[in-house]
Amino acid sequence: MKTMLIATALCAASLTAQADSTLIKQGEYLARAGDCVACHTAKGGKPFAGGLPMETPIGTVYSTNITPDASGIGHYSFEDFDQAVRHGVGKDGSTLYPAMPYPSYARVNDEDMRALYAYFMQGVEPVAQPNKATDIPWPLSMRWPLAIWRGLFAPEVKAWQASAAADPVVNRGAYLVEGLGHCGACHTPRALTMQEKALSPQDGEQFLAGSAPLEGWIAKSLRGDHKDGLGSWSEAQLVQFLKTGRSERSAVFGGMSDVVEHSMQYMSDADLTAIARYLKTLPASNPDDKPHVYDKQVAQALWNGDDSKPGASVYIDNCAACHRTDGHGYTRVFPALAGNPVVQTADATSLIHVVLAGGTVPATHTAPSNLTMPAFGWRLSDQEVADVVSFIRTSWGNQGGAVKAGEVAKLRTDDMKHTSGDDLGQVTTH
Amino acid sequence: MANVLKKVDAVIVGFGWAGAIMAKELTEAGLQVVALERGPMQDTYPEGSYPQVIDELTYSVRKKLFVDVSKETVTIRHSVNDVALPNRQLGAFLPGKGVGGAGLHWSGVHFRVDPIELRMRSHYEERYGKAFIPEDMTIQDFGVTYQELEPYFDFAEKVFGTSGQAWTVNGTVVGAGKGGNPYAADRSSPFPLPAQKNVVSAKLFEKAATSLGYKPYNLPSANTSGPYTNPYGAQMGPCNFCGFCSGYVCYMYSKASPNVNILPALRQVPNFELRANAHVLRVNLDDSKRNATGVTYIDAQGREVEQPADLVILAAFQFNNVRLMLLSGIGKPYDPVKNEGVVGRNFAYQNMGTVKAFFDKDTYTNNFIGAGGNGIAIDDFNADNFDHGPYGFVGGSPMWVNQAGSRPIAGIANPPGTPAWGSAWKKATADYYTHQVSMDAHGAHQSYRGNYLDLDPTYRDAFGQPLLRMTFDWQENDIKMNQFMVDKLSKVAQAMNPKSIAVLGKKVKEHFNTASYQTTHLNGGAIMGTDPKTSALNRYLQSWDVPNVFVPGASAFPQGLGYNPTGLVAALTYWSARAIREQYLKNPGPLVQA
Repeated sequence: MKTMLIATALCAASLTAQADSTLIKQGEYLARAGDCVACHTAKGGKPFAGGLPMETPIGTVYSTNITPDASGIGHYSFEDFDQAVRHGVGKDGSTLYPAMPYPSYARVNDEDMRALYAYFMQGVEPVAQPNKATDIPWPLSMRWPLAIWRGLFAPEVKAWQASAAADPVVNRGAYLVEGLGHCGACHTPRALTMQEKALSPQDGEQFLAGSAPLEGWIAKSLRGDHKDGLGSWSEAQLVQFLKTGRSERSAVFGGMSDVVEHSMQYMSDADLTAIARYLKTLPASNPDDKPHVYDKQVAQALWNGDDSKPGASVYIDNCAACHRTDGHGYTRVFPALAGNPVVQTADATSLIHVVLAGGTVPATHTAPSNLTMPAFGWRLSDQEVADVVSFIRTSWGNQGGAVKAGEVAKLRTDDMKHTSGDDLGQVTTH
Repeated sequence: MANVLKKVDAVIVGFGWAGAIMAKELTEAGLQVVALERGPMQDTYPEGSYPQVIDELTYSVRKKLFVDVSKETVTIRHSVNDVALPNRQLGAFLPGKGVGGAGLHWSGVHFRVDPIELRMRSHYEERYGKAFIPEDMTIQDFGVTYQELEPYFDFAEKVFGTSGQAWTVNGTVVGAGKGGNPYAADRSSPFPLPAQKNVVSAKLFEKAATSLGYKPYNLPSANTSGPYTNPYGAQMGPCNFCGFCSGYVCYMYSKASPNVNILPALRQVPNFELRANAHVLRVNLDDSKRNATGVTYIDAQGREVEQPADLVILAAFQFNNVRLMLLSGIGKPYDPVKNEGVVGRNFAYQNMGTVKAFFDKDTYTNNFIGAGGNGIAIDDFNADNFDHGPYGFVGGSPMWVNQAGSRPIAGIANPPGTPAWGSAWKKATADYYTHQVSMDAHGAHQSYRGNYLDLDPTYRDAFGQPLLRMTFDWQENDIKMNQFMVDKLSKVAQAMNPKSIAVLGKKVKEHFNTASYQTTHLNGGAIMGTDPKTSALNRYLQSWDVPNVFVPGASAFPQGLGYNPTGLVAALTYWSARAIREQYLKNPGPLVQA
């Protein structure tokens, strides 16, 4: 005990002096891996100064200022910092809302915590910006139940144990995915009590099995299923996707765009390979899952001018120029729809959303083109969107289910209004 | 009083191809670069969103991507004896505005240059004698050779993702029987993408040209034949022959543009800034008049802003470069009477002839599809590929079927004699819309003493500055060449066995008509050369008079090419940028001693 105290004191002493720049750099890299900036920066705000609103079932919480200013975490000791990041306990002793993924961060090792602390204390520009109170009404705003939640669902913080059997690359991947990467925060389904149903493969096959709709998007399964997981993706494709937001047959959209732009593109190829290799070890959820088998019937019918299948004519008029009548798209620029797992998820929210609102692939350092699919919500009715989405989900061998107009109507927000197309989209508000 | 901003290393006026290439090159060299674009920000999204962009009324008829002549235009007259009047409706040429400039609204025909056209005067004097060149014709050599430019043509094609078929690569024939052009100069590498597929009308032209003994080839096109990633990491989609290229933003990312091919890479670097809606009024010079200190512009809020810079790049449209030099006092204005001075001289254009062939209903031509740079051409009458001796004119024409799509408003052509409206027009339209082939002789245009640019003494723009005045008319050599080319082209058309043909060529003594579209390929006015008495720029596009001003663009061409100019504009800009990077930055000053 005594030696530990001395060791901590020594560490603190060396940190109050200048942490060396390698440590700060390492911390910066790890902060990228954790994508801290994504939640701790408001739209148009200063990096890490907080203030981003986050919807929760009980009300809106705002991310906090984690810059080394007095209004942020400037007065945090390493222990305070560690308590918040890995244990979910703020400096005032209250429990953090689990929007902060401390159940995942619990796996981060001490060495990386030291680097993160060095970076946040010395590598980040201090910003004076007071934290915003939550919009959660009393009595739900009381924090003490959170402590119970934390006791029930947050894992014990202990040194992460590599699996002795696994290849070190896979172990590194597991450390990043289960830990700082906190992939499960979106990609693992949550229980009614809002905890992730599994925090690692050991917790069961719900781990990274795909989420319910979150801000209008499905965070799809990252397990080995071909239909709606990563079964059809190679390790190399996955690395390309994380690094550039695109692969031969896919393009990123929704919330994952920000993850690629702010986090994944900065990872080393070795770490991306580790993440990909680890994800590829996750087995399929569905024991009957089979690889996609391309069916050429629809492509042949379209080629022959037969657009009798519901949704076919909408597809030809709006989608086929880029995604082609055979559903294969064009390498790296326009994603394939045939066999694409994101169009075959049980819940079609993501595909409907993309058709309504379009999407932009983020510009990255190694793939700077922000290729954009325009929105089609303004010119397609709910029924037309449902028809074309159903057409895509059931053509070329795809095994997704049909979609009803009502599901489309539910997803339309004010910026996705149907204007009948009589204005040719020049004016989008009526 | 202008708001004076922090000094930057380089300021670039205009963000078309020349501006974008310079910005990329100079930021790679580590310079802090600001590009000022007079028009708005525009990009594939949202301006090129499908299907909104497929709108001929908005884009072609109402000229969405072109300059607003109510704010700024040119005045035009045919000769020094006339009074110039403002061009109040765009017609003969269509200067762009906004980010991407002409590089956003162009078609995509992407040629290099015929080597003899870079040494036009020397070549003609050597082959035909000095007396062959008319006395008032002021053609000159560029001062740079094809061999010197070849690496830059090569790199520009890789940036543009150009589709085409090489004839020779490093001296070895690779394109025989595959659509290569036997008249094309040697290349150091093949085109980055294979040639695009040919449409029916191009195949008809190919067959007819072959039957007459000519050598048809695939047009090199900056419309992609497949998906492509360029050396900057920028991506292009494949062209789908929608037929909305010239005058439009390409929704498929398949037509090369500064916006698609260069800007994405520039957005990733911290030492570059693009300011749209920044209308540059002038380049500022210090008291010595030998050194530029930056530029003054009007920003989007109408405020006057001064941007100091060590290096000024004028990369605006051809005549705007010339105008800015005149407004800023860079170089001596040209005097056509004394044939002295350099800024405004050698203003040249393009010399187009068109022939249309109309067929029976059993010959389908599917004119509604096409791509701006796609087609089949012959070079048998281009450059100096035939003996000009017996014909007595200077210059040549490539000829082609370049089916770029027949859009529903302006794309409808009927046989000669058809009324322009009414039931007879409707019937002819129904009969011929998909049964016709249009072909062009895209002629070179020479420079003359009488065709020049200066500042108008009367008319001013919205900012109170004098408009540029064009003094321009067709000369005897132009008419002779045009008639010769149109005659040859008509014979190719006849060889297709059409029902009828329409010939649109120039008549003797015909004057320049500002209302009828020809091309936007305006050249010269701030030309490069080897003698400061007859050129405004040295061979590196550096002003002889103010050495920290470089002026890339077709304004540097001493005369108009047979081919389309963009390929040479891009290569010369890379060439100039290389000289700045490797010579000028190490030792700022004149790169050529006068």
